[in-house]
Amino acid sequence: MAARHSATASGAPSSLARSRPRYGEALIKAVLMLAALVSIATTIGIVVSLLEPTLRFFTEVSALEFFTSTNWGPLFEPPTYGVLPLVSATLITTGIAVVVAVPLGLAAAIYLSEYARPRVRKFCKPALEVLAGIPTVVFGFFALSFITPLLRGVLPFEIEIFNALSAGLVVGFMIIPIVASLSEDAMAAVPAGLREGSYALGASKMVTSLRVVLPAAFSGIVAAVILAISRGAGETMIVYMAGGGQPNFTLDIGKAMQTMAAFIAQAGSGDVPVGTVDYNTIFAVGSLLFVMTFLMNLVSARLVRKFREVYE
Amino acid sequence: MSETETTTMKNIAVNAPGAPRTIESLDPVFTVSGLSVFYGEYEAVRGVDMVIGNREITAMIGPSGCGKSTVLRCFNRMNDLIPGARAEGKILYHDEDLYGDHVDPIEVRRRIGMVFQKPNPFPKSIYDNIAYGPRVNGLKGKMDDLVEEALTRAALWDEVKDKLKQNALSLSGGQQQRLCIARAIAVKPEVILMDEPCSALDPIATTKIEDLMQELARDYTIVIVTHNMQQAARVSHRTAFFTAEVDDKGERHGRLVEFDETSRIFTNPTDKRTEDYITGRFG
Amino acid sequence: MAVLSTPRSAVQLAGKGQPVREHLFRIALISSLAIAFIFLAALLTYVLVEGWPRLDSRLWENMPSIRDPEIAGAQSAITGTLWVISLTALFTIPTGIAAAIYLEEYADKSRWWNRVIELNIQNLASVPSIVYGILGLGIIARALALGFSVITASITLGLLVLPVVIIASREAIRAVPPSIREGSLALGATQWQTISRQVLPAAIPGIATGSILALSRAIGEAAPLLMLGAVSFIRFNPDGVFASYTVLPIQIFNWISQSREGFHYLAAAAIVILLAILLLMNSAAIWLRNRYQKRW
Repeated sequence: MAARHSATASGAPSSLARSRPRYGEALIKAVLMLAALVSIATTIGIVVSLLEPTLRFFTEVSALEFFTSTNWGPLFEPPTYGVLPLVSATLITTGIAVVVAVPLGLAAAIYLSEYARPRVRKFCKPALEVLAGIPTVVFGFFALSFITPLLRGVLPFEIEIFNALSAGLVVGFMIIPIVASLSEDAMAAVPAGLREGSYALGASKMVTSLRVVLPAAFSGIVAAVILAISRGAGETMIVYMAGGGQPNFTLDIGKAMQTMAAFIAQAGSGDVPVGTVDYNTIFAVGSLLFVMTFLMNLVSARLVRKFREVYE
Repeated sequence: MSETETTTMKNIAVNAPGAPRTIESLDPVFTVSGLSVFYGEYEAVRGVDMVIGNREITAMIGPSGCGKSTVLRCFNRMNDLIPGARAEGKILYHDEDLYGDHVDPIEVRRRIGMVFQKPNPFPKSIYDNIAYGPRVNGLKGKMDDLVEEALTRAALWDEVKDKLKQNALSLSGGQQQRLCIARAIAVKPEVILMDEPCSALDPIATTKIEDLMQELARDYTIVIVTHNMQQAARVSHRTAFFTAEVDDKGERHGRLVEFDETSRIFTNPTDKRTEDYITGRFG
Repeated sequence: MAVLSTPRSAVQLAGKGQPVREHLFRIALISSLAIAFIFLAALLTYVLVEGWPRLDSRLWENMPSIRDPEIAGAQSAITGTLWVISLTALFTIPTGIAAAIYLEEYADKSRWWNRVIELNIQNLASVPSIVYGILGLGIIARALALGFSVITASITLGLLVLPVVIIASREAIRAVPPSIREGSLALGATQWQTISRQVLPAAIPGIATGSILALSRAIGEAAPLLMLGAVSFIRFNPDGVFASYTVLPIQIFNWISQSREGFHYLAAAAIVILLAILLLMNSAAIWLRNRYQKRW
């Protein structure tokens, strides 16, 4: 290699070392990472804000009473701290919501994924999303002043002005888009080959939808339903406004019930002095709600990942 | 001009313009020795030795999966962008180790331009596409002149001079690719790497790019990866033939089989595998 | 349906009996979708009908009152909403975009901490909004001592919708083809130059759409603010980030809780305003999406 570098279009080459330092690049990356860490800080913040008062709560109230007593009246004299009425109210309203949302949402998903022409789908999907975009306080208003009077006029049995049925029904409609859109995603991920195989065997569209597509998308649909349940269980305004503020340990859906979220909203919006048992109660119930929904979300996320792995 | 310009012309390629210098005496821009490229544990290319001569067109041919693009992407360290990719062995750029610790890949890419398989103009105006490189590199000079010069060199100026503000995506595929070449030229590189630049183009557009390459070879060193053997024979001074070998563990590794002047590769290859490939018995 | 091996007549190929069931199934599916839409239509119609008589300038010119529904308005709630949402946007949009850029362009997915960040964001997206109220109360209002102010509400709502902004921005960034990044890097641009000059401009429409949708969720949110002091009747407009405040959804909630009938119509009228704002924002999002549909 005796020859020297010849002159080139860019002139004689100089060293390939960094011509000027670029501290900016590293700084920017650090700032961006910091932004991503805000989400971690949020989670830590939630856990910390829940944990401390919750632990304090359990130094004054026995866990046994909290989890087994059927009397909830922390603001009465003498106070009672059985969380079961709140849990049962949450389960009942969420149950009603699921009874509404799962069949309707699933049917909508099957229709949009398997039957609807592209143009219909293109219109219907965002229209359904509008339901998800309505503020919950509006749903609460509608439940209280339209659905409840309607039910009182139509139903053969007695229902109170505040009742679990109306609240649950409206929560159900609120979560339809969650069930429908995630289920549709799962169904759309089912390979066309499976459907074609079914059609080739002479199966009809209905049989193909119910026996081939639905089972193939099962884990995704379950994930959608769990996520919807979690959203329903955490819903506050509708159940607070239409379900009422009385803790009732009952199965009568015509009666007023107070869910966990509704209790937090009610107690939290009052002027409860910091550090008192009453104040800590809010956080204890909050912890329970957080853990319940967190577990559901975890299961749902795992299932979603599973169906993604299978078909993508 | 350097003394290498006057090197004896021992071999003249049948179709290629100009004359390649013999390997012994050529003025090397890249000297590759024992290059292996890994993606994680997987060794994609094994033990490549070759030399890229100054202001020559070097073609890399071979069946798909033979690692020719992988090697090309080592020359401007684009492989760095793939997580887990690393190169072993040595690539000297002039006398400097391209993978040396002090080397800044960004500086490398300013010096060594690249044109991709699919034309990838930025979704901006034609003018901004050309001006982008000089701008990010902090190049001085009048931008309008720079843009005109780059477009002229890429034989695109006459076609676009009246619509410089138009979105580059409105150009035809062949024009887009020439725009990408102009974009690369605008940063005044020494080398232009081309990764199958014509594979997405029709024959007429391909001819234009090939003419352009020969024009550019006067001032630039060009390395081109191509699937098209005729293209290699038409435009290049030297050709490297790669193939994929399967080892006893069943893994495929790209190997350089033969590297020589294009005329010799196509008329008188020394390796049986090269001969099989160019005569169409393989690949 | 005909079985291949046994010859059947053409009549049987048409398949008898099944069409009825097929037809009923299809009708059932369409009805389900229709029920959801009827519910939505009923809700919108009801709100509009109830609110129409009270939908006038009193609503935005007057301050809230619990004494006289005839003179009560929602001015402080409207300005409060504007204050809170502007501040929310200021905080959450840059943070969300930055986090999305980090996760899409910088984060090495093989590192466990990056996977934890991703999983954590997914999880945060489905934490009940009332729990964010607890976070706001325990940490932002008390531990950070920001009290029941506009800024507390904004940070809380910002954290609440942050996952939405991040997830939407990530999708928009991911939709920018890798060839654009390669083209830029091959010209010697640095990673940040590539992101700021090529990737982000191309992803802006998607990011904007996602951000608008996130903000419209924040505008309608009431539950966490119940715990953050928005419930009291505020008869003045906020004059800074540390001022007391109320917002439209909470004002609506307050009126609904009043027993006198006049407040019912007032609430409905305020809902119409709230929905109109949301409609406007969503239309903007849809327009943006269609206007700048991806071009490659």
